[in-house]
Amino acid sequence: MEKKTPLYEKHVALGGKMVPFAGYLLPVQYPAGVIAEHRAVRERAGIFDVSHMGEVLLEGPDAVRNLEHLLTNRFADLKLGSCRYALMLYDNGGTVDDLIVYRRDTDKFMLVLNAANKDKDVAWIQEHLTGDVRLSDISDKVAQIALQGPGARAIMERLVHPELLPDKYYTFSEYVGFENTHSLISRTGYTGEFGYELYMLPDDAERVWDTLLSAGAQPCGLGCRDTLRLEAAMPLYGHELSAEIDPITAGLGFAVKLDKEDFIGKTALLEAGEPARVRVGLKVTGRGIVREHESVFIGDRLVGETTSGTHCPTLGVGCAMAYVERDVSAPGTAVEVEVRSRRVAAELVPLPFYKAPK
Amino acid sequence: MNFPKELSYSESHEWVQKLPDGTVRVGLTDFAQSELGDLVFVNLPEAGDSMEIGDSFCDVESVKAVSDVYSPLSGTVSAVNEELLDAPQLINESPYEAWLVAVEDVSEFGELMDAAAYEVFCAQGH
Repeated sequence: MEKKTPLYEKHVALGGKMVPFAGYLLPVQYPAGVIAEHRAVRERAGIFDVSHMGEVLLEGPDAVRNLEHLLTNRFADLKLGSCRYALMLYDNGGTVDDLIVYRRDTDKFMLVLNAANKDKDVAWIQEHLTGDVRLSDISDKVAQIALQGPGARAIMERLVHPELLPDKYYTFSEYVGFENTHSLISRTGYTGEFGYELYMLPDDAERVWDTLLSAGAQPCGLGCRDTLRLEAAMPLYGHELSAEIDPITAGLGFAVKLDKEDFIGKTALLEAGEPARVRVGLKVTGRGIVREHESVFIGDRLVGETTSGTHCPTLGVGCAMAYVERDVSAPGTAVEVEVRSRRVAAELVPLPFYKAPK
Repeated sequence: MNFPKELSYSESHEWVQKLPDGTVRVGLTDFAQSELGDLVFVNLPEAGDSMEIGDSFCDVESVKAVSDVYSPLSGTVSAVNEELLDAPQLINESPYEAWLVAVEDVSEFGELMDAAAYEVFCAQGH
């Protein structure tokens, strides 16, 4: 039985098409449809209920030391009020999850995890903690709403004193008196667009949601969350990342500090050397839509497999991400993808497919 | 939701229109397009292809997924609506004008409902 987020009734009232996702009932789209919702985020502003995401706190004098050991990025130098993307790896270099770490105090961090991985992550972290540190799962006490799009700042500035808003990408403000809440607001998101993510108490979620709706934000479902992140080439666990895929192969080396003293998976990454496969973008030049788990060919040679794919509304064509063998990974390479026993022509292109105009 | 009276409907949500010249047009119903969401690609058969009751003769793709379209009759494709190849969204915008195929030499129809029966069928959550 799926759980309901604090905004479930709002979604139903707005005509959201509710589907099970990572153990929650969430709207895949509202009556406007995936394409209109996608465009609203690219051109104006959209809101997403992302209350399904997992949040855990890691607190104590040994919190930093444990994060340095558990995760691929560096945390000793992370400033208060900043967040950082990182990966958590198995000993063999495969990925447990990708996550964002918020430094809320010198010895207090919030980790935002993929909903589907939360229980596995919590068990993994717990198992590896050492010293004076506490882990607590606060997921059920936190609701999360993402406000994304070029119009997001104007909306927030009408509701919150501009000086209270986080300005730089990957920073956040805490205890923001927003609509009588004490929200945590970060300059983060999963759309490739300017935006914020707001963390609040479940009881405050409906009020915040309604305020953002009245301010003109388009309610957006999981459907366009996926098309938006795909255009921005952001990885999704279970697709571009998995227990079998390491972050170097995934092209996420920026978040992996191999010069750090030690972290779980480091030895395996160093031993593996240059990955045999490369994450690439693939744009359909023929007719059709490429989906995940489809084989990529050059002539008769099987060179790779897609991990995500759909119609990209901003580009107006089918796009996919794939892992292909290194020697054929150059942009411009012509390939074919086998789609339901039919070959569809495509071309390798640089990632991301879409970058927000500055 | 729209259910034109002059059409017949299948349980797999195709509409059937019998034209005076004996050919039959087949398309997707308003209910079907609403359930599928924004359509972004249509893979049509070719003129001359045969169609059999219950077999998939075409596929349509929304942003989220690909779906088969099942034949409500047996016959031979006489024409396809090529306009849909570049503008699949016409099915969302006007499902009863955006026919998929025209069929000739129809030998048999599957079980079809009239508009009133189909409206009840949809309301029951099929």
